[in-house]
Amino acid sequence: MNKRVVITGLGIISPLGNDVNTFWNHLIAGKSGVGNITHFDTTDYAVKIAAEVKDFDPLNYIDKKEVRRMDRFVQFAVAAAKEALKHAELDMDKVDANRVGVYVGSGIGGLSTLENQHRVLMERGPRRVSPFFVPMMIANMSSGMVSIHTGAKGPNSAAISACATGTHCIGDSFKMLQRGDADVMLAGGTEATILPMAIAGFSAMGALSSRNDDPQKASRPFDRDRDGFVMGEGATVLVLETLEHAQKRGANIIAEVVGYGMTADAYHITSPDPHGDGAKRSMEMALSDAGLKPEDIDYINAHGTSTDINDKFETMAIKAAFGEHAHKLAISSTKSMMGHLLGAAGAIEAAVLALTLKEQIIPPTINLENPDPECDLDYVPNEARKARVRAAISNSLGFGGHNATICIKEFAEA
Amino acid sequence: MADTLERVKKIIVERLDVDEAEVTLEASIKEDLGADSLDVVDLIMELEDEFELEIGDDEAAKISTVGDIVEYINKHN
Repeated sequence: MNKRVVITGLGIISPLGNDVNTFWNHLIAGKSGVGNITHFDTTDYAVKIAAEVKDFDPLNYIDKKEVRRMDRFVQFAVAAAKEALKHAELDMDKVDANRVGVYVGSGIGGLSTLENQHRVLMERGPRRVSPFFVPMMIANMSSGMVSIHTGAKGPNSAAISACATGTHCIGDSFKMLQRGDADVMLAGGTEATILPMAIAGFSAMGALSSRNDDPQKASRPFDRDRDGFVMGEGATVLVLETLEHAQKRGANIIAEVVGYGMTADAYHITSPDPHGDGAKRSMEMALSDAGLKPEDIDYINAHGTSTDINDKFETMAIKAAFGEHAHKLAISSTKSMMGHLLGAAGAIEAAVLALTLKEQIIPPTINLENPDPECDLDYVPNEARKARVRAAISNSLGFGGHNATICIKEFAEA
Repeated sequence: MADTLERVKKIIVERLDVDEAEVTLEASIKEDLGADSLDVVDLIMELEDEFELEIGDDEAAKISTVGDIVEYINKHN
């Protein structure tokens, strides 16, 4: 029989704050974390806005020598993992480290390191490329460094699946715990790509909003006037634990992970299936895995990127998966406030589900001023809502046609 | 000599995050100052830049203490 898996801690580094309480308070206040890009000079760029992490000092979490050998995406991951352990009141010295695993992926990895070292290669030649270039850049290093900095010696890997990364990392970890591979998993995602190459590349695809004159209104999922996503950055790590292990150490249980689904569109590198079929089957698979019916789900944290096609096709997929109940449940896109954290999106949105279930408040979709007629469900527009939420799902849909859904439920003993 | 040591010290303190007092001529870069093999390569590159010289791989392999570095630089600069 599968073991039950619960969430006992959250670590969040985000455009809306670098601790759980600040993040949540900003989220339910409908605050936007979007602003002008400060990481580089955007003069020649069509897109000049993003949701940057503010006031992040890696030295608060990691010593100076180690900080120098970490790309920003790894600094975020290690900081989030340490915060998550603290939040879970989990002392690594008091648990069997061989039974604590790490699964923290990134959609892209150390792009800033790649940009810097490529510049060195072009300007100064191959002999000047840093010996830290490869270990700083590779996208699995978040999991490697989290284990080094926490002492977690159990299963260790990283999913790399674009915008579905975070959800895959959490879902795969959930399965590992269910089948008894570990007692605890530090699972999540991280990303730090508010950088020239990424802004230029996503911009070339027409994926980014260019509402430069009004940054806080730029991310507007399901709104008629949406024009693309806003890039965010940050990391989230969840402490996932078998119920048995959590109860034995008297842990505070935030919510229970109950279902996981993942599918592929097998259609196009960047466009979702025009019928939303892959996303629909992902949601169905998560529900079936959880042993729940559509009517049991009260809230969906949508992928909701604020691109024209995502929001339209995801709405279709929700209708196909939930039938009549699609019109009764609440949906929101928290990307309206924090932008799209790419590989960290699924992780931070799983944290949103956990907090929603705990607080019984649904965060809003802000900037939903003129609903798109093709997006006609209840997206909890502009204001947070107190509501009874028993179970919820979060979708992540990634370039390559990856679809992943996680289902999280209120924790109850029996 | 004194000037070379000061400049080397500054780089080592910055790169390896150690106290200046630890950076003596006798200190072993790996054993006493905690550098790993990647740090050593990084350090050599930084020294090459600072002193505008080239330290060949064979030469670099012979460097083990802070004194070795200072001596090499003074000989080749």
